Amino acid sequence: MGFSTQNRIVMNRDSNSYTFIFATAMVFVVASTLAFTASSLKSLQAENVRKEKMQNILSTIGIQTDREQAQNLYKKYINRTLALDHHGNVDENVDAFQIKLNNEIKKPEKEQRFPLYKALVNNMSYYIIPLRGSGLWDAIWGYIALKSDINTIQGAVFDHKAETAGLGAEITQQWFMDRFKDEKVFNQSGQLVGIRVSKTNNDPKDFDKNDHEVDAISGATITGDGVTNMIIERLTHYLPYFEKERTTIASIK
Amino acid sequence: MPDRELTSSKKNTFLFLNEESEPLFSRKNRALLTDPLDDNNPITVQVLGICSALAITVQLKPALVMSLSVVAVMGASNVIISLLRNLIPNRIRIIVQLVVVASMVILVDQILRAYAYDVSKQLSIFIGLIITNCIVMGRLEAFALGNGVWKSFLDGIGNAAGYGFILIVVAFFRELFGSGKLFGYQIIPDALYEMGYENNGLMLLSPMALITVGVFIWLQRSRNRKLIEKN
Repeated sequence: MGFSTQNRIVMNRDSNSYTFIFATAMVFVVASTLAFTASSLKSLQAENVRKEKMQNILSTIGIQTDREQAQNLYKKYINRTLALDHHGNVDENVDAFQIKLNNEIKKPEKEQRFPLYKALVNNMSYYIIPLRGSGLWDAIWGYIALKSDINTIQGAVFDHKAETAGLGAEITQQWFMDRFKDEKVFNQSGQLVGIRVSKTNNDPKDFDKNDHEVDAISGATITGDGVTNMIIERLTHYLPYFEKERTTIASIK
Repeated sequence: MPDRELTSSKKNTFLFLNEESEPLFSRKNRALLTDPLDDNNPITVQVLGICSALAITVQLKPALVMSLSVVAVMGASNVIISLLRNLIPNRIRIIVQLVVVASMVILVDQILRAYAYDVSKQLSIFIGLIITNCIVMGRLEAFALGNGVWKSFLDGIGNAAGYGFILIVVAFFRELFGSGKLFGYQIIPDALYEMGYENNGLMLLSPMALITVGVFIWLQRSRNRKLIEKN
């Protein structure tokens, strides 16, 4: 193909020093190019992530929207965002939307702030609680919306970092998330029980909405257990707030 | 010092470009572009890049974006390796190729994340896996290291297009029969579903992708006699 005709540069391409110099220069060029691109695109990427978060929060209360619309609808329907401490008091100094649960969850309970989103849609109020836990391979997270009785689930969304495609990753599918609708997180005696992703329930079609269980996904046991655990673990922290909220609602009535 | 080397190589390459007396789209150069589409298709003839072909052909849209990403990555990395081919120390050439491919892939990933977020979420790890796509490294090692810039560019684009072509064909059938849609729009009318037609869930699983590729190879060989091995 004619590569013998080119003018060869006179240098020893096999010497150690040349190899080192080449490698160093290459690393320098590559690193600066990538760093430059990453930092110049960062704001756009962060914006996408922010809008997706709004989109997820909205979808728990049954508002499906695209990412562009999410911001407007979020402003319209989410009327309060609260950062709670472990006594259920509101910490006014913290912006709940900015709380990163993956950092927060590592702190001792006393220092954690628990974000809560309150939505008002057609005069119905909802409590949306962000979730985070671990699946089989890596983090799983999501949002769960409770109706104004602070018991019945309005909707849930889940997402994951690295669950197995076709198995654990199915938790992001609509049919799985729909199973949580109308389930109750408190039992008859008012104890928080959460929702169990169960392999042994006798209710695969999920008709029984009072059993605190949804049918698990075959082959996704650990991911399913992760979902179970993160729901109960996260909700537990909101109990003091729920108590207060119930008293307030009762006193208004 | 590396700077001076780079400029001298550039001059060299441009000289070399001029030395190629043949027109830009000579028959030989056109063959570089079109051969991989059929006679020398990376997937159906060389059987490279199968893993990603199985994984992301459930729907047309990600298949198309994946194809375009591979075209961008292969075109760019073939050009870069070809430009540097007289500078790359022989002993670390595979590492250099890997670094070039990896940086191109990261660039594509970052750009998708900024401008096509949904698609980038859908493709998730598969964009990263372009790095391991045997076609990319294969072309760098087999072609770009020994050929001029323009030819390498054509070769990269051609092979990526050959890969993308198969991806799109497979995705077409999988999405059509698996979910009754194309590009997410419903194609199979509701009336047909009411008459008892069902989407074939098997089409959505990777075994059917392999079978679809197999059927394609069969059709291709029955049409193109050149490809049949003689015993």
